Amino acid sequence: MSAYVPVHQGPGFAARIKDALAVAMLSLMLGIPMIGLHTVDSGGALSIATRWPWLALFVGIMFGGRLAMQFALDHFKLNKARRAQKRPAVRATRPWLKWLGYAVLGFSLVLPIAFSGNRYVVDTATTVLIYVMLGWGLNVVVGLAGLLDLGYVAFYAVGAYTYGLLSTHFGWGFWQTLPVAGALAATFGIILGWPTLRLRGDYLAIVTLGFGEIIRLILVNWTDFSGGPNGIGQIPRPTFFGLPFSPDTDTPTFATFFHIEYAAEHRVIFLYYVILALALLTNLFVSRLRKLPVGIAWEAVREDEVACKALGMNVTNIKLSAFAIGAMLGGFAGVFFAARQGFISPESFVFSESATILAIVVLGGMGSQLGVVVAAILLVLLPELGRDFSEYRMLLFGAAMILIMVWRPGGLIASREPTVKLNKGAQA
Amino acid sequence: MGQLIQQLINGLTLGAVYGLIALGYTMVYGIIGMINFAHGDIYMVAAIMAVTVLTLLGAAGITAVPLALLITLVVVILFTAIYGWSVERVAYRPLRNAPRLAPLISAIGMSIFLQNMVQLTQGARVKPIHALLPGGFELGTIDGFTVHLAYTQIMIIVVTVALLVLFTWLITRTSFGRQQRACEQDRTMTALLGINVDRTISYTFMLGAGLAAVAGVMVTVYYGVVDFSIGFVAGIKAFTAAVLGGIGSLPGAMLGGLIIGMIESFWSAYLSPEYKDVATFVLLILVLMFRPSGLLGRPEVEKV
Repeated sequence: MSAYVPVHQGPGFAARIKDALAVAMLSLMLGIPMIGLHTVDSGGALSIATRWPWLALFVGIMFGGRLAMQFALDHFKLNKARRAQKRPAVRATRPWLKWLGYAVLGFSLVLPIAFSGNRYVVDTATTVLIYVMLGWGLNVVVGLAGLLDLGYVAFYAVGAYTYGLLSTHFGWGFWQTLPVAGALAATFGIILGWPTLRLRGDYLAIVTLGFGEIIRLILVNWTDFSGGPNGIGQIPRPTFFGLPFSPDTDTPTFATFFHIEYAAEHRVIFLYYVILALALLTNLFVSRLRKLPVGIAWEAVREDEVACKALGMNVTNIKLSAFAIGAMLGGFAGVFFAARQGFISPESFVFSESATILAIVVLGGMGSQLGVVVAAILLVLLPELGRDFSEYRMLLFGAAMILIMVWRPGGLIASREPTVKLNKGAQA
Repeated sequence: MGQLIQQLINGLTLGAVYGLIALGYTMVYGIIGMINFAHGDIYMVAAIMAVTVLTLLGAAGITAVPLALLITLVVVILFTAIYGWSVERVAYRPLRNAPRLAPLISAIGMSIFLQNMVQLTQGARVKPIHALLPGGFELGTIDGFTVHLAYTQIMIIVVTVALLVLFTWLITRTSFGRQQRACEQDRTMTALLGINVDRTISYTFMLGAGLAAVAGVMVTVYYGVVDFSIGFVAGIKAFTAAVLGGIGSLPGAMLGGLIIGMIESFWSAYLSPEYKDVATFVLLILVLMFRPSGLLGRPEVEKV
C-alpha cells in the first residue's frame, strides 16, 4: 500500500508579494506616530522632529522580512511532511533529554573550576542558578498545581528581608536564618492563599499580583522597618562554617585556616556552590514530592478540579500546600540573594521580576525541571549578551518572549508530552 | 466639607479614566477569557501619540480648543486601534488554542516590548504639553475651602458617560454586539453559524484600544505630562476595576473604576498617599473573597 504523499503547495509568488505589501502597509501605519514623528524638548516646549529615513528603513525591513519568512515557512512545512515519512511509526520522544540533564549537571559542577580566573562567568552562573531555584519553586505552584501566581517575588522579598533584618539587627548567620525565612515565607503563602485559593484561575492571578505590589509598597513606605527605598546595606556574607572570606588575619579566616593565599574569588566560588547545592536540593525535594500522594494530588487538581472534589479531596488544602511549599522555596532563594548582594532594596522586588520568573517556568515548559534550567539560562544570558547594545536588550527580551511562545506554546521542553508517541505521518 | 466635595470631584474624574481603560479590559476578557496584559501599554502609546498630535496641531496653528481636541481624538483613536489590532494578531491569534498560560506570557512580552519601543523611539523623558483647556468653575467656598471644577474634569466625565452609553448600545442592540456576545458564550457554535470569530475578536481588540486611546488623550489633556511608564500602574488599576465591578459587565467596569478612583483620592487626601495603592488592592482581595463574581457580575456556574 502506498501511502499518501503530501505535497505542500504554497501560495504563488504574487500572493506572497501581496501579503508582504500588506505587512509593509501596516508597518507604515504603526511606524508613522512612533518612528516617523517624535517630540523633542526645545527650550521648555516640545517641538516635532521627523525621522523619515528610519521609517522607510523599518518598512523595508518588514517587507523583506515578511517575504523571507513566508518562503522559509513554505519550505519548512514541505520538508516537515517529507521528514515525517522517514521516521518509524512509534518512537520514543526525545530520549536524549535525560542525558542533556546529566550533561548540564556535570557542567555546573565543574564550571567554577573551568572558569576559576573569570569572576564574571561565575557571577553570571550564580545569577542563573538563583533564577533556576526560583523557577523550580514557582514550578510547584504554576507547573504542578496549575495555580497562576503573578506575585511570586513577594515571597522572595520576604526571604531576603528576613535575612537582611535578622542579620543586621540581631547578628543572625546565613545558615540560622535559612529555615526561619523559609518558614516565614511559607506562613505568608498560607495567609495569602487561605482566603484566595478558592478563586478561579485569573482572579487568583490578579490577587497574587496585588499581594506582590502590597508587599513592595510596604517595603518602600515603612521606612523604620525596612529602610524604605534606601533598603538595607552591609548585610553579612555567608561564612564557610564560621570562617569568613576576608583578608584580615587577626581571627582565623578561610584563607589562613587552609593555608592558602587570600583571593576574592574564593567567596564568589563558595557562593556559587551554595546556590548550586540549594538548587539541587530543591530539585530533589520537588521531584520526590511529585511521587508522593500530595504531588499526585497537585497534578490531579491541575487537570480536573471538579473531579477531585467529587472524589472527596480537599482541593483548598491541596492548593494551599503547593502555595506554601512554593513560597518557602522562594524564601530560601531570597535569603541567598540578600547574602550574595550584601544590599537589598525594594527595587529588586518589582513586578517585572515576578514576570521574569513566571516566564522562565512557562517558556521552559510547565512542570519540566530541565525546561526551567534552559529558560533561566536563556533569559539571564539574553540581556547579558545584549549589554553591548543595552538600549535594545529589553526590547529584544519582550520580542523573544512573544516569539518563543508563538513558536512553542507548550514551552521549550513540554513535560506533558507522552514519552512514546505515534508518528501519524509515517509510512505504514 | 469643602475638601470632601473637591475630593469627590477629583475621584470621579480619576475613576472615569480608570473606567474607560477597564471597559477595554472587560470586553477583551469577556470574549477571549484572558487578561490582556498589554492593554495598559496601549493606553500609554495613545497618550504619547496624543502629545505628538497636539504638538503637531500647535505647530500647524490649529489652536481652537474643540477642533484641536476633536482632531486629536480621531487621529489617536485610529492609530491606537491599529496598534490594538496588531497586538491581537501578533501575540494572541497564533495562540488561540494554546495552553492557557501561553497567551498570558506573550502578552507580558508584548507589554515589555511596547514600553521599551516607546522609550527608545520617543525618549525616556517626561513629556509636558501646554494646558489645552485651562481654567474652570469655582463652585463656591465651604468652610474656607474653595471647590474647583476644571473644564477638563467636566470634559472627562461627559465623554466617559457618552462612551458608556454608546458601548452599552453597541453591545446590547447591534448585530456586532450580538456576534460579540455569541463569541463570548461559545466560539465553536458561533463559527458554525457563519460568524467570523477571528474578525469579531479583532474588532473587540480595536474597540478596546479605541477606549484606551480616549483615556490616553483625556489624561494627556488633564495632567499635561506623560511618559513611557504610565501604562503599567494604570493597567493594573483598571484591571482591578474591571474585576471589582464584575468582569464582562460594562456598567460594572465603570462602577469599579469610579470606586477605585474615589478610594484613591480620598485615601490620599485624608490618610496617607503612600498607601493608596495598598488600599485599592486590599479592597480587591476583600471583594473577591466575599463576592467572587464582582459587584455587578453574574455568578459563574461551573459545568462538568
